[in-house]
Amino acid sequence: MSQTPLMPQSTQVPDAEATLTALAERMRPAVAFDAAFVGIYSGGAWIADRLAQMIPGEHPVGHIDVSFYRDDYARTGLKAGAKRSQLPFDVDGATIILVDDVLYTGRSVRAAINELFDYGRPARVELAVLVDRGGRELPVEATYCGARLAVARNLSIVLAKDGEHLRFGVENVADG
Amino acid sequence: MADLVRNPQLNANGELTHLLTLEGLPAPVITNILDTATPFVGIAEREVKKIPLLRGKAVFNLFFENSTRTRTTFEIAAKRLSADVINLNIGVSSASKGETLLDTVDNLVAMDADIFVVRHAQSGAPHLIAAHLNAHGRSHVHVVNAGDGRHSHPTQGLLDLYTIRHYKKEFHNLTVAIVGDVLHSRVARSLIHGLTTLGTPEVRVIGPKTLLPGKVEALGVRVFHDMREGLKGCDVIVMLRLQSERMNGALLPSAGEYFKHYGLTPDKLALAKPDVIVMHPGPMNRGVEIDSAVADGDRAVILPQVTFGIAVRMAVMSIIAGN
Repeated sequence: MSQTPLMPQSTQVPDAEATLTALAERMRPAVAFDAAFVGIYSGGAWIADRLAQMIPGEHPVGHIDVSFYRDDYARTGLKAGAKRSQLPFDVDGATIILVDDVLYTGRSVRAAINELFDYGRPARVELAVLVDRGGRELPVEATYCGARLAVARNLSIVLAKDGEHLRFGVENVADG
Repeated sequence: MADLVRNPQLNANGELTHLLTLEGLPAPVITNILDTATPFVGIAEREVKKIPLLRGKAVFNLFFENSTRTRTTFEIAAKRLSADVINLNIGVSSASKGETLLDTVDNLVAMDADIFVVRHAQSGAPHLIAAHLNAHGRSHVHVVNAGDGRHSHPTQGLLDLYTIRHYKKEFHNLTVAIVGDVLHSRVARSLIHGLTTLGTPEVRVIGPKTLLPGKVEALGVRVFHDMREGLKGCDVIVMLRLQSERMNGALLPSAGEYFKHYGLTPDKLALAKPDVIVMHPGPMNRGVEIDSAVADGDRAVILPQVTFGIAVRMAVMSIIAGN
């Protein structure tokens, strides 16, 4: 992660496909042959599917929806459209790479780790993210990162999918 | 929108804060509950069958009328959401000492109740409690109707809708028959409202005249007194429980006679579509409203209904407690 370039402060977002290629390059020599990829809905799930194809080995893929583990339920209630988490492998003793599109406060990752442990005790959990935009509110760091990006607090980086093509967009958020 | 705001179940934003009845509940609200229940079904298959959503919340099961099964499913649902559950069998405590319903509620609010699950023999009791809480600035306390009189049993209606959607995927091409004691059934009433709201083109009720409400057609259903006629071409059959007290009264000649005309047997079942599903809210009277060969047969989805019921109750509680 130390050699990851820091992009200049702007609303310019990187090309998601190129960033994914860079992320896969960094993971390829380091990832265990049988590591399971668990993507956090929805962007992380798309990336986990793609990484499992790009990185050699036998990688079971799971998807996780952290809605039931979020820490903002008391403030915002339950988000509509929660998905069913699917972990089609034994979590006990597994090496798991959590995958997300954007690492920001670290709260989604905290929720995802909590949920994982309700399925069993993994041997090891790593974190792969397409972009790290800083702004952490919890002591969470990515093991593998495609790009680092400085983004103003009032902007949100959103991953979208056109067919199989991944693309980053920028949205304004009212409450930063 | 003005209609939504007047509905005591919804807050100013049209979000569900109490679940009192399916009557007048907009289709998107019902669909959101069913959608939310889907991921909860998976929780039961995990090593740890619990999620932390309602950690620190207190759910009071206020049962003024006995129903071990319904109370148990609510208790399991609340515990899987990590809530604390307090069961109160009011019939044998405060009410018998003369305390009014709303005084009981106020006392429990003072004990920091977050959700009341209410079962009452009187129609409208859960509405009364919800209106009282809303009027006294306690809209952070939520009410779920677990069955009131002959009026409504919305979570049973929702779990029936969930089960139908699970097996049939959509509602707008279905023929659904509800068979038996519709007159005394809050289950039937809730289900008819839900099916109609979600666009089911044909809902039939089948039963003897003495067990169908006088103006049942006004609910938008087709009425059949001949069960064989009514079952033809059905996608879903919902059997209702015949309560034994009805058999002792003047409404029916005998259980055997009832079974002959309105009991679901394999030969009657054969009149419905081959992929029909058979549902029953339980507890079943084998040999009265349903033949064992059907109840244990491959078209029955009676036990999945129970499993889905827990997920649906988890969905209802986690939606209302967050609004």
